[in-house]
Amino acid sequence: MHRSIYTDPAIFELEMTHIFGGVWCYLAHESQVPGPDDYLTTRLGLRPIIVVRDSNDKLRGLFNRCTHRGARVCRDARGNARTFQCPYHGWTYFNSGKLRGVPWPEGYACDFTDGKYNLAQVPRVESYRGFIFGTLNADAPSLSDYLGAAKQPIDEWLERNPGARVLVTEANRLRFKGNWKLAYDNAADGYHVVFSHRSLLETENRHAADPNKGMSFYMGKPDEAPMYVQYFGHGHHFKDKRPNIERRAGALWEIEGLQPGMRSYEKAIREKLGAKALRALDLAASEPVNINIFPNLSILGNHIQVFQPLAVDETESIWYATAIVDEANELEGMAEAVNAIRMRTQESFPNFGEVDDAANFEEIQKGLAACEDEWVYMHRGLGIPGRVQRLPDGTLKAPATDEVFMREHMKEWQRLMATRPNIQLAR
Amino acid sequence: MSYVDDRYYAEIVKAFSDWERADLEVRDANVRDQCRALLEREVRLLDEARYEEWLGLYAEECVVWVPAAERPGDPRREVTIYFDDRGRLEDRIFRLRTGKAWSQVPPSRTVRMVSNVEVFRAGDRLMVRSNLLLNEFRAGESRALAAWCAHRLAGGKIEAKQINLLERDQSLRNPSVLF
Repeated sequence: MHRSIYTDPAIFELEMTHIFGGVWCYLAHESQVPGPDDYLTTRLGLRPIIVVRDSNDKLRGLFNRCTHRGARVCRDARGNARTFQCPYHGWTYFNSGKLRGVPWPEGYACDFTDGKYNLAQVPRVESYRGFIFGTLNADAPSLSDYLGAAKQPIDEWLERNPGARVLVTEANRLRFKGNWKLAYDNAADGYHVVFSHRSLLETENRHAADPNKGMSFYMGKPDEAPMYVQYFGHGHHFKDKRPNIERRAGALWEIEGLQPGMRSYEKAIREKLGAKALRALDLAASEPVNINIFPNLSILGNHIQVFQPLAVDETESIWYATAIVDEANELEGMAEAVNAIRMRTQESFPNFGEVDDAANFEEIQKGLAACEDEWVYMHRGLGIPGRVQRLPDGTLKAPATDEVFMREHMKEWQRLMATRPNIQLAR
Repeated sequence: MSYVDDRYYAEIVKAFSDWERADLEVRDANVRDQCRALLEREVRLLDEARYEEWLGLYAEECVVWVPAAERPGDPRREVTIYFDDRGRLEDRIFRLRTGKAWSQVPPSRTVRMVSNVEVFRAGDRLMVRSNLLLNEFRAGESRALAAWCAHRLAGGKIEAKQINLLERDQSLRNPSVLF
């Protein structure tokens, strides 16, 4: 790929329309807006958005931009409100986006029931099993078709949790001075792990008599490990590390590094649940998958990670932690104990791993300032016979250390950048 | 290393709520000076990357709690920026010492300022409130991070510390120094 796709502000600006305006983008998780009138503020590309469950229980993505003069009508990160009043001149909107009223309307000759005065909103907002997406593109496929083969690993990721549900809690929020695609290119990259995360691998195994903790399955010859990367189409991909680990209850728990409180809660869980304890403990351990939904979502471990572009050379990488919700009491009151461990296990990678990736992303952005040295390479595995298999469902499968997934999402990126999306705002 | 359990969490959450009360304020200048000296030594050891000596200021059973929420809730139910017991703090130091923690290669140069020290009595312990300004230079750029801190002291050792970064619920660039 040419360096300019990471460095050129004009390309970034086009992406905000062609990519972040053209495809389904992840907006929020339903557990963040559980009841009527709950809202949070986020962005769709650079567009300020209020994700709200309106008073009629409909999920909406309102443009957080007063129709009058353009100020953001809502300045809070989250809350509960039936109306939003712009603090500048007091124009007020229902949480459906409809204009409720303006101060002293007799000073206007216009008809405020004309829909053009309502807040603009994302015309298509849909949820897939709790994950809320939106697109501005009237010609985009259905969300279900867009997710396609990626739905299966998402289903599996959910179904390991009681009731196939998770609850989003707080987040580890990081930011780096680099292009958003550097994070997405990294999302299924099994080649960088033993180098970029060397300090994490050494730390995880510093006490282990048998050094098999955490991601140590990358050590040795990761090309030959049973883990694989799969390309699903539409820019989505999947790094499945589960085949490296025995398929039995307790196998994930065994490789989890030592976290605060782990031993004490483990004891309580084992005493209470007996034979079922291993399943509960696995829920506190990191699920070894990376499910990447183009362009801004990665479901990995127990995290819901969101990539938020801020500028051509600045990106937020937000690691929302998830808790389990055990409504049917499958874990006999031990869900809180599982969550107490699960919160600590989720702090591990952002602190001990992601910061080092982010440092490397920043160094790429600096290196790419060398404008005559124009190309970066993504050809690992390319041209080696038998390396990339096309499966009967049309998806591609390769060793987890191959860059095939980058080449494929870049092809999709190129296709989208050459196609003007049919953007239609609703009001 | 297994001192963190449900009772410990409950005690820490309780210790860090409802303690900045005027009726508990310690006015004894000697006590306040000793507390201030301990905090000043702590940041100097961190600035000089003397992490093992820094950890020596902490009680055997200790925690460093960096909340990620605007109001620190219960770390059993929500993630924090970090909630490190002694074992995790040792991990953090070990990681920095590998020389392969790329977020700290080259390492940050830091100058930490401690000020606004107030001391409160909490039963047989002291709670110390202070402001921290962490000036950091790394990879050609300088920045400052501000926080207010709460130290729980017993027997001259730090039992627990909470660092409330100004930007705790916002995205942080390279938060890889020890707080």
